[in-house]
Amino acid sequence: MATVELRNVRKQFGNHEVIHGIDLLIQDHEFIAFVGPSGCGKSTLLRMIAGLEQVTDGEVLIDGSPAQDVPPAKRGLAMVFQSYALYPHMTVAENMSFSLRLSGASKAEREQKVRAVARILEMEPLLERKPSQLSGGQLQRVAIGRAMVRQPKAFLMDEPLSNLDAALQGQMRLELARLHRELNTTMIYVTHDQLEAMTMADRIVVLNEGNVEQLGSPLELYQHPATFFVAGFIGAPKMNFLDAEIKTVGEQSLTLALASGASVVVPRPLQELNGDEKIRLGVRAEHLALEQEGDLRGEIEALEHLGPRAYIHARLADGARLVAQTDGDTQARPGDRVAFRVRSEATHLFNASGKALTRPGPQTPLS
Amino acid sequence: MRRIGQTRWGLAVAAWAIALGMFFPILWMFLCSFKTEIAAVAVPPKLFFRPTLENYYAVLQRADYLAFARNSVLVSLGSTLLALALAIPAAYSMAFFPTRRTRDILLWMLSTKMLPAVGVLVPIYLLWRDLGLLDTVFGLILIDSISVLPIVVWMLFSFFREVPAVILEASRMDGATQTEELLHVLLPLCTPGIAATALLSIILCWNEAFWSLNLTTVKAATLTNFTASFSSPEGLFWAKLSAASTLSIAPILIFGWMSQRQMVRGLSFGAVK
Repeated sequence: MATVELRNVRKQFGNHEVIHGIDLLIQDHEFIAFVGPSGCGKSTLLRMIAGLEQVTDGEVLIDGSPAQDVPPAKRGLAMVFQSYALYPHMTVAENMSFSLRLSGASKAEREQKVRAVARILEMEPLLERKPSQLSGGQLQRVAIGRAMVRQPKAFLMDEPLSNLDAALQGQMRLELARLHRELNTTMIYVTHDQLEAMTMADRIVVLNEGNVEQLGSPLELYQHPATFFVAGFIGAPKMNFLDAEIKTVGEQSLTLALASGASVVVPRPLQELNGDEKIRLGVRAEHLALEQEGDLRGEIEALEHLGPRAYIHARLADGARLVAQTDGDTQARPGDRVAFRVRSEATHLFNASGKALTRPGPQTPLS
Repeated sequence: MRRIGQTRWGLAVAAWAIALGMFFPILWMFLCSFKTEIAAVAVPPKLFFRPTLENYYAVLQRADYLAFARNSVLVSLGSTLLALALAIPAAYSMAFFPTRRTRDILLWMLSTKMLPAVGVLVPIYLLWRDLGLLDTVFGLILIDSISVLPIVVWMLFSFFREVPAVILEASRMDGATQTEELLHVLLPLCTPGIAATALLSIILCWNEAFWSLNLTTVKAATLTNFTASFSSPEGLFWAKLSAASTLSIAPILIFGWMSQRQMVRGLSFGAVK
């Protein structure tokens, strides 16, 4: 059980700074996910917490005490690696008990702890096998088991599911969430897959080019992205973005002229606005409704049927593409000319520098 | 299909021809060691003859074979152990914590093998004399291990590089110190590679003649001295020289033959995949 705190942490490789001063407090028992595109610094950040990477500047505190000069072996953390990193020359049981062997635990104690963890992960029959005799999913379990045996202060997980197939990923996501509930230990989870972060984490840190873009609960990030980057990164399908110009600024509303010629009325944001400012309108697929009198006119390019719902990929008059969610039994066909109505109360506005403009009214989850 | 078959045959014949060509001198030496001195130098060479053991008898009468053999074993094993002890940490550091200069250091180490040993004979001789290392087994172990060190480091470096660094990181997360990481993870993973390196080093040290001829006389003399002592300036006794040579290379040949499987496994070792 541990808190992990980062204070103005920076990392340079040579002359190239990859982490630009990050402050973060990870609470005890929390499941926190670092997400971002590859190269955003999320793995480097995790490796600095682990001690596998030196901190160039700033402080890492584990349970309140400075740890940046403590070697990884002494930090009391356990890590699960993307490539599993099991010891190929040891059996599963030996892999799992290696840390206990190093700390001088007796054979009986080692066996008992390994058995206990193997039971939780349902892999008792595998204990005497070598890693080369296991499937990807089994290797993953062993790697998690090896981390659990140590009873660490916190688990660090570096893209642990990305080498598994989609079905197994779904299953392991549930299992990790269950493990977190049962073990009640701090988990720091790195992934490039926003879906993993959304489904498992209590809080998500979105990283981009070595900076924190936004920190918040999955729903906060989904419903109130602070930046253009977060809006585009969180949620699948990706949020639709349309270039717009401000036509008129009213008391309560804002009329936007879109590049396609259509105009959309949205609630007026709290910020002051210049009349000629270029902004971007963001709309999620589920906030576009197929309606004859809609503002956005275009042609259907493709349809994705997912059963309970379908996604319409359409192209507007000016060439902009967008995705709209509709019922699974839609009769629309590719080539159809259609119109969409924008649910304007659920739109997002971003200024030229990529910052979100604040919607009026309560900042509560939208229905 | 037919062309592939022909190429295969061609390659097989060529390989056999080269192998026989390389092996022939050894075979001839072996045969000569069972001939009389006259038969050994007969022209045209005799392929069929009455074998005799008189050369072996004479050779063993004249010199204490076992003493030389013991020194050879001590020197080749000792040098190999010392070279490994120095090379393992060096290769570990270069493979897993490379700096901008690592490549240069590796090349520099190899370049020392291009220096003819005789170029440093005088300084080494004087050093060894002053240190009291002349004609000692330890002195020979020291110089032999230094001379195989570049090759040992290079081989270990390339084997270590095959091990994913993340496995060592995992052991660090598991609480291993650097020594434990080396002993419990890296070395067991590289056993085939280390074995191949050790075998090669033993063979090189066994066959090493230059330093043992120049730095030893009696007490620490190895089998290469033993062989050389039969090539006398007042006329060569081919049969006896052949017998001495056969006795010198027999142990390492048998050793090499027994360990060739290990050697091939080590040299073609794909680490952890």
